[in-house]
Amino acid sequence: MSRKKLSRREFVAATALSSAALITAPYVRGAYAAGKLSMGFWDHWVPGANSASTELVNEWAAKEKVEVQLDYITSQGNKNIVTIAAEAQAKSGHDIFQMPTWWPQANAELLEPVNDIMDPLLKLNGDVNGTVKYLGQADGKWLGVPASVGSQIKGPCSRIDLMKKYANIDVQEMYPAGSPPKADNWTLDTFLKAAEACHKAGFPFGIGLGETSDNVDTAGAIFNSFGAQLVDAKGNLTVKTDAVRQSLEFYKKLLAFLPPDVAAWDDASNNKWLVAGKGAMIMNPPSAWAVAKRDAPQVAEQCWTHGFPAGPKGRFAPYLPFFWSIWSFSKNKEAAKSLLSHLSQPASIEKMVVASGGYDLPAYEKLTTLKIWEEVGPPKGTLYHYPNPFKHQTLSMAASPAPPKVAQQIYFQATLTKMCLRYYQGESMEKTLAWAEGECEGFMRS
Amino acid sequence: MVDVAFQSSRTAAAQTGRRRAGLRNALRRKSMSAFLMTLPLILLIAVLVIYPALYSLHLATLNKAMTKFVGFGNFEFLFKRETFWLVVKQSCIFAISAVVFKALIGFIVAHFVHNVPANKQRKWRGMLLVPWVIPPAMSTLAWLWLFDPSYSAFNYTLAFFGLGPIPWTGDAMWARFSVILVNVWYGAPFFMIMYLAALKSVPEQLYEAAAIDGANWWQRIWYVTLPMMRNIIAITTLFSLIVTFANFDIVRILTAGGPLDHTHIFATWAFRVGIEGSDIPLGASVSLFMVPILAVAAIFILRDITKRGNES
Repeated sequence: MSRKKLSRREFVAATALSSAALITAPYVRGAYAAGKLSMGFWDHWVPGANSASTELVNEWAAKEKVEVQLDYITSQGNKNIVTIAAEAQAKSGHDIFQMPTWWPQANAELLEPVNDIMDPLLKLNGDVNGTVKYLGQADGKWLGVPASVGSQIKGPCSRIDLMKKYANIDVQEMYPAGSPPKADNWTLDTFLKAAEACHKAGFPFGIGLGETSDNVDTAGAIFNSFGAQLVDAKGNLTVKTDAVRQSLEFYKKLLAFLPPDVAAWDDASNNKWLVAGKGAMIMNPPSAWAVAKRDAPQVAEQCWTHGFPAGPKGRFAPYLPFFWSIWSFSKNKEAAKSLLSHLSQPASIEKMVVASGGYDLPAYEKLTTLKIWEEVGPPKGTLYHYPNPFKHQTLSMAASPAPPKVAQQIYFQATLTKMCLRYYQGESMEKTLAWAEGECEGFMRS
Repeated sequence: MVDVAFQSSRTAAAQTGRRRAGLRNALRRKSMSAFLMTLPLILLIAVLVIYPALYSLHLATLNKAMTKFVGFGNFEFLFKRETFWLVVKQSCIFAISAVVFKALIGFIVAHFVHNVPANKQRKWRGMLLVPWVIPPAMSTLAWLWLFDPSYSAFNYTLAFFGLGPIPWTGDAMWARFSVILVNVWYGAPFFMIMYLAALKSVPEQLYEAAAIDGANWWQRIWYVTLPMMRNIIAITTLFSLIVTFANFDIVRILTAGGPLDHTHIFATWAFRVGIEGSDIPLGASVSLFMVPILAVAAIFILRDITKRGNES
């Protein structure tokens, strides 16, 4: 076997040619040149709503050459919060996690600040409401980007016919589609009279006093309307105040006009109440109306979503935002930020809101007047006032303005609804207040 | 030098040979092979049971932010909480009453099945085991619909007789009754099958001897059946007590601890505090609180069994 020997001259020529070829050749990026990114997104109630998020993520991934893994994690059985707790303990898991309400604050030390993308987004989309700042910021750091997906206002969803017939209230006139609300007379007193009238007529308002979110959110808005706080923003106990006493008195009167079993209601009970045609009003995002559209169209045609009644200290409505947060242990933070920025562009947000049938609410003020809320029906305009387009009510969170880690305990221990029930069931006012004060003291441990 | 080298290699070879023989002997020993065969399971238990148990012990000694060791601080805090003592009381009511009723119903039904002709027994055993083989999360959902505050099928039926409506999950006493009822429904078949197996192992001659002595049915149960079943009753009770104390799904699905915390038990309250309230150390402390209670029960029951074993 003969073997040709490489001369020195040939070696130099070959090396020079190869080097030249390497330098001048175009840079070809691999399919996943920018690495991997995994996301744990909330699994939407609305069928098909996840597809908009998937499309947006894939579109971004193809452009940025990032390999993505997208998991939709349900909140049924609290699977999403259990997963958050597990990932926080293990300091491993998804790069981005879509966290509900209190969880960015609960995991603040483990989240990557996203001020660098929030500042341009706020300039582009407008400011966010106070509740988003309260839940999404710690010491000036943004703990996540407000996600439109899943964010909601739990305002009144009334039956047009029953409210007109029995309470003499025209909710469409009060909240006309396409125009500002004419709701000056829509106060807690009017609300109470309407509750009494509808109860007498056999269609009581479906407002729960159980320990789940819907029940607590309504109580939170009513307490806020009276200016009642169990713990103030500085962490002082403020249970034994006139505002709290007034709230309990109001609830005592209201409870007499509610269904007798409201102490056992969960988040599904009010939806069933409306869809079954048993009540004139519930406090819920439009999911109950959406189910009625499918299962009881005659009920859906009579539903109108509108603002909360005003109390002595203003008009408050419960707003529950979700946040897309990046774990500090993420290995691809830059890509994560790029994706969140993409998902928060106006076109992306509109796409997701449309896919949810108008259920999702963007936090940004320039995005509360999208076409979908004008068009969706029946009846047409039923969701027009759902996103609070005229800012005539303050979007709030139950147990706020207490420091978020204390407020989270008040919220999940359902201290507000328990106080209302205790007082309604015959416990003295002072005993109820003393019990609540003891509970709140316990929640302040650090 | 050569000799030394030769000798050392011979010694090494002899040692290796001895080691091999030792290994062979060890493998030949029954206990050794049994240990090796159970090793995968031991490792699995170590990873899935012992590690989490130790980890929860560690968590229970941390402050809320999990940055500081606080020793028994979380337990001291719990002992001052009214709700915690409510949970302790309810857990005891729930577990003890559920276990008593499960044992009683299981004992009675086991006797009925035992008296069914042998060729028809299999059918009955299968049917009676159905509640126990359905995943409790699923069957409890069906119970939830039966107890639904507004659309309860039970209340609908009671209305035909002019009774009700009963606030199955809305009133503290009824809610406690409902969660215990579902637990009894779910757990009684386990007692039934264990007692049935025990009944079958009681020698027929003992009953014949009792009959000759003129014992009536109650005396046969009291002096023959129960003493022969004592160990199985004790073990089943202990096992069920542990499982019932640690129950989560039934209460979580049916009442989520309400109304006014009156159905919370250790596991559901630990979840509320630890996961929903983001206070994992306190949640771990709540769930660990049941360990000493169960340990005391286990010591008494197992000591009794060992004593009887030694006597026999």
